[in-house]
Amino acid sequence: MSTPVAAGTLSASSPAASRVWARRWRRRVAALAESTPATIGIAIVLAWVVLALLAPLIAPYPPNANDMAALAHTQPSKAHWLGTDHLGRDLLSRILWGARPVLVIAPLAVLGAAALGSLLGLAAGYYGRWIDLTITRACDIVLSFPVIILYMIILAHFGSSAWNIIGVLTLTKAPIIARIVRGMTLDLREREYVAAAKMRGESALYIMLVEILPNARGPLVVDMCLRTGYNVIIIGALGFLGIGLPPPDPDWGGMVKDTYGMMMVWPHMALVPCAAISSLVVGFNLLAVGLRELGLRD
Amino acid sequence: MKRFVVKHVAFLLLTLSAVSFLVFTLNEFSPGAVARKILGAYATQEQVDLLTKQMGLDRPVLVRYVEYVKTLASGDLGYSTRFKLPVRDVIFKHLANTALLAAVAFACIVPLSTVLGVVAGMREASRLDRGILMFSTVIASIPEFALGVFLASVFVVWLGWLPGTATLVAGGGWSVAAQLVLPVAVIVLFDSGYVVSMIRASMVEVMQRPYIRTAVLKGLPFRAVILRHALRNAMLTPVTIIMLQINYLIAGVVVVETVFAYPGFGRMILEAALFKDIALIEAGALVAVFLAVVTNILGDLAYRLLDPRIRA
Repeated sequence: MSTPVAAGTLSASSPAASRVWARRWRRRVAALAESTPATIGIAIVLAWVVLALLAPLIAPYPPNANDMAALAHTQPSKAHWLGTDHLGRDLLSRILWGARPVLVIAPLAVLGAAALGSLLGLAAGYYGRWIDLTITRACDIVLSFPVIILYMIILAHFGSSAWNIIGVLTLTKAPIIARIVRGMTLDLREREYVAAAKMRGESALYIMLVEILPNARGPLVVDMCLRTGYNVIIIGALGFLGIGLPPPDPDWGGMVKDTYGMMMVWPHMALVPCAAISSLVVGFNLLAVGLRELGLRD
Repeated sequence: MKRFVVKHVAFLLLTLSAVSFLVFTLNEFSPGAVARKILGAYATQEQVDLLTKQMGLDRPVLVRYVEYVKTLASGDLGYSTRFKLPVRDVIFKHLANTALLAAVAFACIVPLSTVLGVVAGMREASRLDRGILMFSTVIASIPEFALGVFLASVFVVWLGWLPGTATLVAGGGWSVAAQLVLPVAVIVLFDSGYVVSMIRASMVEVMQRPYIRTAVLKGLPFRAVILRHALRNAMLTPVTIIMLQINYLIAGVVVVETVFAYPGFGRMILEAALFKDIALIEAGALVAVFLAVVTNILGDLAYRLLDPRIRA
């Protein structure tokens, strides 16, 4: 785990190197399969990814098609396996289509936060002094703000779209990543291989991205996995509060918002999307638990 | 201690001014004129122009920001266009409601998650530990609105034991206490999932320290080792985390408040944001950040009091 990655010497194109990579990956996958939480987590997440990808093929109805005849009997039936919502739209189809925006937005926002946060954390930890102070303070300020209130204010001002949600999630999660990366950089920048790279005359950017960042990836991966789960929760919560993805396309949180007022009559309309979003987050979090166990064992 | 106070008060002021400036300029740069946002879509252009001039909105942003801070400092938080009341009255009424919800939830979260976390962490990887870890991971994974829907479908729809809304008006045959049960349950479950895993992690780490091994080897009963040696040290890190939960309990419970139609602070800000009630948004954001930073400071303070090494 702690072997420094000498990226310059191993180009992925040479056959020997690709064999090394393949072996390393196979070992990692085997280790993951040993951990029960990780196995369950991967299974759940992969299942949702496959369902989302296949949605156009396997969804029995178009997601926004109203079946007025079904309104007389909205409960699960042969025609509608999970029943329909209050507008006669097939719940199964809407759940399948609704998996797509979540599975795109949540990981994209995590990647954005990881990229921005890593750069800030590397700069703060590597340069120190006033750069460190400025970045750390700015991060503290963003972190001290209750996130959900920040979302409400920003999204109420700028309207909500997928890109706005990604932007807001990126900005609010980046400080957490920056903190982690800064802490690790402070430790890693004293290592011999960093000193060696400096002697070779490598640029600061090269040292940060090639020598330091790859060695900070362990805790980062676990954290990114957790963040993805949290992002799914927040996207759902925004939908539920009515400031998520605009209707009519299916969005799990929005589906709950539209129907939870009718729970006394038709509880299944709200229960189905709730179960869907809960299972996806459980998947990501179990995966994170498994990854952390592996990290501790190394 | 003096340095501690100065440092934290300085950070508090810095944060408050940064946030107030941010929220203030957000109003400026978001699409649409401020006067238009206040008057709504049905006002004529003349009315908008008149208000722009009256409010002095044609002057530079910085000048107006300084003026805004001056009015705030004099204690005038403005007038809420949504509730047709002074912002101060609106905020404190809702804040008091949320404080009630938060206090009851906090009183449940702390003992529950301490016991579960310590019991799980004292024997790492035991069956009990794995069980508690799994349970807290799964519980913390369920979004609050989903937890609310799950609990409501059992206790409201199916069993009919509890009311589905908590409006704090003792109507419909339900007492206020009965109304509080479900919102509190959702908050406690969602939040303790996270706190339990933090306390467990800290406990696991403490149990590997040499002084614990010494205590065990010199023949102390396991109970005494846990209560006298491990507990105090294991609670150091989580105290900060537990204090941070107050922050979540005040501002982050907007989803729970929305599920149960609870007249709290979070839902007030949501309504203000949806209705573009600018004075209320600005004041609400400041109050939220103030509370967040203050609880942060309290967490730091508690940490200092518990850890004799940095008490000086």
